[in-house]
Amino acid sequence: MKLDSKIPEGPLAEKWTKHKFNLKLVNPANKRKYDVIVVGTGLAGASAAASLAELGYDVKAFCFQDSPRRAHSIAAQGGINAAKNYQNDGDSVYRLFYDTIKGGDYRAREGNVHRLAEVSVNIIDQCVAQGVPFAREYGGLLANRSFGGAQVSRTFYARGQTGQQLLLGAYSAMNRQIANGKVKMYNRTEMLDVVIVDGKARGIITRDLVTGKIEAHSGHAVLLCTGGYGNVFYLSTNAKGSNVTAAWRAHKKGALFGNPCYTQIHPTCIPVSGDHQSKLTLMSESLRNDGRVWVPKTAHPGLKAKDAANIPESERDYFLERRYPSFGNLVPRDVASRNAKMVCDEGRGVGATGLAVFLDFSDAIKRDGKKTIEAKYGNLFDMYQQITGDNPYEAPMMIFPAVHYTMGGLWVDYNLMTTVPGLYALGEANFSDHGANRLGASALMQGLADGYFVIPYTIGDYLAGMPYEKVSTDKPEFKEAIEQATNRLNTLVNINGNKTVDEFHRELGLAMWEYCGMSRNEAGLKTAKQKIQSIREEFWKNVKILGGANELNMELEKANRVADFMELGELMVDDALSRAESCGGHFREESATEDGEAKRNDEQFAYVSAWEYKGDNQPEVLHKEELVFENVKLTQRSYK
Amino acid sequence: MKVTLKIWRQKNASDKGGFKTYQLDHASPDMSFLEMLDVLNTELIKKGEEPVHFDHDCREGICGMCSLYINGRPHGPLQTTTCQLHMRSFKDGETITIEPWRAKSFPVIKDLIVDRSAFDRIQQAGGYVSVNTGGVPDANEIPIPKKIADEAFDAATCIGCGACVAACKNASAMLFVSAKVSQFALLPQGKPERKERVEKMVAQMDAEGFGSCTNTKACEAECPKGISVTNIARLNREYYAAVASSYEWQVGGGE
Repeated sequence: MKLDSKIPEGPLAEKWTKHKFNLKLVNPANKRKYDVIVVGTGLAGASAAASLAELGYDVKAFCFQDSPRRAHSIAAQGGINAAKNYQNDGDSVYRLFYDTIKGGDYRAREGNVHRLAEVSVNIIDQCVAQGVPFAREYGGLLANRSFGGAQVSRTFYARGQTGQQLLLGAYSAMNRQIANGKVKMYNRTEMLDVVIVDGKARGIITRDLVTGKIEAHSGHAVLLCTGGYGNVFYLSTNAKGSNVTAAWRAHKKGALFGNPCYTQIHPTCIPVSGDHQSKLTLMSESLRNDGRVWVPKTAHPGLKAKDAANIPESERDYFLERRYPSFGNLVPRDVASRNAKMVCDEGRGVGATGLAVFLDFSDAIKRDGKKTIEAKYGNLFDMYQQITGDNPYEAPMMIFPAVHYTMGGLWVDYNLMTTVPGLYALGEANFSDHGANRLGASALMQGLADGYFVIPYTIGDYLAGMPYEKVSTDKPEFKEAIEQATNRLNTLVNINGNKTVDEFHRELGLAMWEYCGMSRNEAGLKTAKQKIQSIREEFWKNVKILGGANELNMELEKANRVADFMELGELMVDDALSRAESCGGHFREESATEDGEAKRNDEQFAYVSAWEYKGDNQPEVLHKEELVFENVKLTQRSYK
Repeated sequence: MKVTLKIWRQKNASDKGGFKTYQLDHASPDMSFLEMLDVLNTELIKKGEEPVHFDHDCREGICGMCSLYINGRPHGPLQTTTCQLHMRSFKDGETITIEPWRAKSFPVIKDLIVDRSAFDRIQQAGGYVSVNTGGVPDANEIPIPKKIADEAFDAATCIGCGACVAACKNASAMLFVSAKVSQFALLPQGKPERKERVEKMVAQMDAEGFGSCTNTKACEAECPKGISVTNIARLNREYYAAVASSYEWQVGGGE
């Protein structure tokens, strides 16, 4: 299989403009003859559904939550980048492009990333016009902040709830189209499979989560806007329902999976408090601007935050400041995370589990006063206290890294089309723009760029070549897919074993976290592969699900998702094994400099991994899309 | 810690439903309330009993999917979402009563899960600014005084959980509706459709069967996001102004 990224020819800054001109158009009067299926209603899905309906297409949108407004984009805190240069501080489309390519450790396509930077400015205009209440200055204009170590202030924000406000903006645009009858919304409905007719994606199979009814929907194109797969680790900052099922079923129907092992681990999350832990909560990384990260120089098992003051200054190891004198506590996410893990592996972690480091504000409070710190971080301190019961004004916070975002996803070309014609992937569900590491405030930008400003252009090019005729759901392809989905659910409810779905999910998560998390090595990855295989084997013999398939059954929903996570987990391990270099959030222990820092290997690994499914229990086949850099020079990151 | 749980069980929408009591002997004060229910459910499944169904998703207090009426209060004893409530807010040995939201417009689907799609339909009636993608002015061409932007933001933080309805003895949705009406009434972007918006959203609210507001302010007291009843006052003003001077009325020559 030859992977064609379809990056347009020509100078970088003209590629998108030229491409838009070359794309075929669908006559306005003919758009209503095409049905587009949108799965997922987060930033990418809601913005795509609204924009396509506005153009005149008939859209069917699906979400598994009780309302499209619940999608997990809502939880994004920090902000959204845009190259507006409102601050006159030297920002430009090219600088945002450059920072994003470099931040992704040179594992993303130049063409895609430049387009992202170009349309970033339109996103802000669009959201403001919808009534999104961004932060403003006293003069009434928009406020910006510098975020995630960027040297310019290009991040637009709405307090710590930027994702919520942007999603509600896209939700409102979609609601308008629901009212117009151009979007038909299916809540509490989960996609179980994609249906391919004559080599093209022509529909999906869904399950009504309330009645259990399995149905077929046909359309002229299918958009998967189904988010990331961080929950493969069981514990992550993702919502409990976030899952890979739609993307995975598409993968099994022929869509290649890009860079599955690229995971982002966020350094400042609230640590695990016990076996009951069901999810992890992110604390904004802005905390590292004033907090100092440390552990004791020697092991103090079970050290509590309230006893931290007893450790004298000379006995403390401010390990980020020590190892990275110029960046200190502000090193990028992956470096901060890895170092926290390292000191905990040495036995110097703090708290009941030993899996935490201190984030100490006592010096900042001494320097600036409690009032200043409260003004900056008051809501975060309150949130921390609510969850842990500890007061961060009096004792240091405890933090630990957690899985936050997955850069990998379905492989797509420049048009956001997967390797299955008519099947698109948008937002976190695709692999495209963040390379091996995503910069802060870039996820919201990419989700909305794909939905508002890319797919409305690129989908026309495909549909213009499609006949208007609808495909009947009576076709054998639909019947077969329904039968398969039904059989699978019936199999699951009839296993009647001894272990709960969560027990299996936890085991899977532990293996992934231990061997395919912050740092990986060949031996560990091979162990993980075996473990995952045996967990999966036991799952299909011993999972216990009560209730039936024809009713609301949350254990069945979970089981169906976890079964896919197990298969994905194995592919992530294969991908991590094959990528014997360190890059971005992927740290491969065998590929390190003498002082233990990540060492990228551009000669052998400057490519996108794209995996092809070959059938149950068959090894997947790796295809490589070579990355071509015509505009930027590849450099090694250094934060010393 | 040990707790006794009195939980509403209802097999489906047509089942009559009733309370069932469970003992949980291994709760920890550090667990979130939903994690405590996870532990209960694991025990139930192991015993061969169907787990308790409840809505939840983000578990960080922002998606608005979790609900639960705990000891007579929506989202329990603290002014936060149920997912942010922790067991340290309860006493060892306490009996905790857990019910679904109770409102005619939020019918029970199963156990503690209710149907809140009425909220979506109210938003669809007018909770938007009618702009298409593209063709909008530069963001900074719409200056907005900071105070107004902040006030609009405070209204816009509503998470649509429905606690206001559950808290209200009339099951009124006025706080929810007023939050969206206020956001757009305050902002210049919302001005062109200001009158139709409030009329349509209120009409839909009434059609869904929500009760009237009698100013008890229970909604504000229980709102996990602290949405102020000032918004209800603003909704009332907007509504009367719209009804008295709607554009249709003006276009029709005031007849």
